[in-house]
This record gives sequence, structure tokens and C-alpha cells, in this order.
Amino acid sequence: MSLFSISLSEPVAADESRPLARFAKPALGFVLPVGLGVLWEFAVWQGYSDGRLVPPPSRIWATLTELAASGELQRHVAATLMRVAAGFCFGVIAGTLAGAITGYSALTRRLLDPALQALRAIPSIAWVPLFILWLGIFESSKITLISVGVFFPVYLGVMGAVLSVDRKIVEVGRVFRLSGAQMVRRILLPAVLPAYVLALRSGLGLGWMFVVAAELLGASEGLGYLLVDGQQLGKPAQIVAAIVVFAVIGKTTDWLLSLAAAPFLRWEDRYGGRQ
Amino acid sequence: MLTITHVGKTYANTVRALDGISLDVAPGEIVAVVGGSGCGKSTLLRLVCGLDIPSQGSVALDGDTIASPHQKIGIVFQEPRLLPWLTVAGNVGFGLADRPRAERAERVARQLARVGLADKASVWPRELSGGQAQRVALARALVMRPEVLLLDEPFSALDAFTRADLQDHLLDLWADTKPTLVVVTHDVDEAIVLADRVVVMRPQPGRVFAAIEIDLARPRDRQSAAYDFAKRRVMAALDRKPAIDDCETRSDHGAAMWW
Repeated sequence: MSLFSISLSEPVAADESRPLARFAKPALGFVLPVGLGVLWEFAVWQGYSDGRLVPPPSRIWATLTELAASGELQRHVAATLMRVAAGFCFGVIAGTLAGAITGYSALTRRLLDPALQALRAIPSIAWVPLFILWLGIFESSKITLISVGVFFPVYLGVMGAVLSVDRKIVEVGRVFRLSGAQMVRRILLPAVLPAYVLALRSGLGLGWMFVVAAELLGASEGLGYLLVDGQQLGKPAQIVAAIVVFAVIGKTTDWLLSLAAAPFLRWEDRYGGRQ
Repeated sequence: MLTITHVGKTYANTVRALDGISLDVAPGEIVAVVGGSGCGKSTLLRLVCGLDIPSQGSVALDGDTIASPHQKIGIVFQEPRLLPWLTVAGNVGFGLADRPRAERAERVARQLARVGLADKASVWPRELSGGQAQRVALARALVMRPEVLLLDEPFSALDAFTRADLQDHLLDLWADTKPTLVVVTHDVDEAIVLADRVVVMRPQPGRVFAAIEIDLARPRDRQSAAYDFAKRRVMAALDRKPAIDDCETRSDHGAAMWW
């Protein structure tokens, strides 16, 4: 027993005593993108390519700093963030309510779910003309489109989670004679929370996808506008810069969301993947 | 007094799980219900608990008909069924949510100490062993001070040593307030170690075949001749071994004693 625990615990202790090791694992994710960037930078610098259509990292960085210095970048990022935030809010509220109701009651599920599933099959871009006719070309049509994108993953996630709550756990609530509202608050909500966080994250991902669709089809500001502008004026560095900003902000918001949810999910008994 | 009167249960698919079960359990009595799988013993317990309602007949506690879970009836399931998002203390105090915080904390602490898990109060259920988790489930039921505690094969998922320990522990806990215990089990030894009376059920449809008094002083010696004799009687009623001549078996159901 003691032999085992010594031989098992030693590498862990060594791992924590080296401060570098703590950063080594996350840093692994940077190897591929940074390596490719360095390689391309080198190729352009050596003159193997002029880098006009595929700009090297240094040129993208220059474009970014230029945009940031003029305040343009901040304005576009703020516009896009506002749209995603508003669309995400509306989509999450609608998706949560619809998912909870259809998950809880078989009657509403039979009533609503087929129609909602049919709507889900419609490609997002197909809505754009209709929303523009209905809501005009300004913010409302864009936010509505993003809300639609966020709605479906949240709706599906919540409905599936409510349906798959363990009957045995619900029976514990019944034995303790919980009322309907207590059952929701003390059993169902905590039980669906891990799946809900996952649904919110996929909803946010789709929100970022739909904001590009919305901004590509007519906007005067926003990261999507930077993309179109870069295409029309032949500035590939600006396009790539906007894409990079999308990646950074998208990843950051997703990370913030998981970070905010983590304290509520400490109890989870997870596999967590092989270390 | 727990009174089960002519209870039958027929499921929607016309399977008759139980038929004409009658059983009276006196306050403080320990009754074990044994039988092979599919004899309806768990169904019977769900009816007593109020999780299901009988198709015929009725279950009553002190004249109060049970149609939904009752405040004075607690249950421990085969699995611990702890809520994974609550700590051990949170799980034990789950049913005390309407009590003042101080009273709740005090009762939870006392009950946890009683099941020997005072040091695990702030631990998540995932960190417990099977036996510890089942003790938490026992504490969660006992902290409500039930008049009747139902146990549905409570120790069947545990290894033999832990099971024997927990059987002794259960009797020890029972001695505190002497609630009525109804233990469903498929383990004949468990039934004889625990019970004042062993009710033997047979399937298709589930009915009471025999009720055997176990008149042995506690703690019971699992090696004694009297214990062995009681075990043979139960086994015979379960039709597991040839009957022995001097076995005196009383049938509540009036079924013919064919041996």
C-alpha cells in the first residue's frame, strides 16, 4: 500500500514543484498556430511569396495596431459585441423557457416541438430577407437573426436535459414531499445545470456565427463590416485581422462563460478526458 | 400501526404485480419481506411509501390512508440516491429545509455523528465509498425521525463485510427511537439477522406465502443452531430446499401447506 502511494504520488509532487510545468500543458495549444505563423513569416521574408493574398503575421499585426490607434477597431468590436450580447440574451431567455416547458410537459412537447424542429432545419441566411422586410435594415433585424441562432441549441439542450433527469432522483424529491416549484428549484434545476452550461456555450458559438451572417449582409460597423470592407477594397490583411479578432473574442467569451459556471459545477463527477 | 389491507397492483400492461396482500406491522416491529426477483416485494414497498397507489385495497398508517408520500414514512432505496450537487451535510438536511438553520445544522451534525460520518459533512457524494454513501442515505431518512422506515434491498450492492457491518449498524440505530422497519431483501441471512418476522412472498402474481416469526434474542449469532433452523424454515417457504418435518409455518394467505 505505502509502496504504491509513494510511487504514484511522486511524479505529481514533482510536477507541482516545477513552476514551468504548470504553463507547459496549456502552452501546447499554441505550438501549431504559432509554428505555422512563424513559418509563413519566414517564407515571405525570404521572398518565396509576396504575401499579398495571404498576409504574414507581421502585416496582420500592423493592420490591427493601425485600426486600434485610430479607434476604428474598438468601435467595430463594440458594435459586434453589443449585437451578440443582445441576441444571446433574447435567444437564451426564449430557448430556456421553451425548452423547460416542452421538457416538463408532454402535451406542449407534442404541440410545439415538431414546429420548432422544422424551423430549426431552415438555413439561417434564409431568414435575412424576411427579417429585413419585417424589421428594417438596422439593429433589430440583426439581433433577431442572432437570437434565432442562439435559441435552437439552448432549446434543444434544455429540453433534452429536463427529459433525461434521473427518475430516481426525482423520486427522492417526491419522498420528501416537494411541491412543484420546490421540485423545479431543488431537484430539476441543479440536475440540468451541467447540460445547460453546455447548451449556453453552443448557443454562444452560434451567436458568433450568426453575427457574421447579419453583418455581412449590410452593416456600417462591426467586425463583419470590416470583412466586407476588406474584400471590396482588396485588403486581405484587414480580413484576416477581423477573423483573428473574431477568434480571440469568441474564445474569450466562451472561456468567461465556463469560468462563471465553474463554481456551480464543482460537484460534478466527471471523466474529464485522459490527462 | 401500519396496515396493509387486500392490496393488489395491476400495471397498465395488465401485469398483475401484487394480489391480495394483507399485512399488519406493529409499531417498533422489524419485518423483513423476502422473495425471488419479480415477486412484487419492491412494488409493495413503493405502495407503502406512497410513490405508487394500489389498484385494489389500501395502505394506512394509524388509520391514515397512504395515497402519496407521508411525513412519518421514510425510505432508503437500493442505491443511495444522494443528490450529487449537495454536500453530505446538505443531503442529510435535505428534508429539513423548512426548519430554522440552527436546528437543521444541529440535527444533521448529530445524525452524521450517529452514522459515524461526522468528518465527511462537507464532502461531495462522489468522494464516498458505497457503504458510506448508503449510511448517508440512512442518515437522510432517520434525521426526519420517521415512525416507519422502509428499506428496499438497502445493502444488496455492498460487499459481504460492509453488508454485515451495516446490518448491525442499522439495528443499533433502530434501538435509538425504535421506528417500525420494513426491510425488503432477497438475502435470507439479512432477513433473519434483522427481523422479528419474515414475510415470504411468491410471484405471479405477487402474494404473501408465509409469515415466519423469528423469536431469537439480539444480537443474533449467525452460527447458532436456532439461527440455522430459522433459516431452513424461510428457505423451505421460499421453496429453495426440501421442507423439514417439524417446520411450523403459518400462512396469512391460507394457502395449502402441501408438505
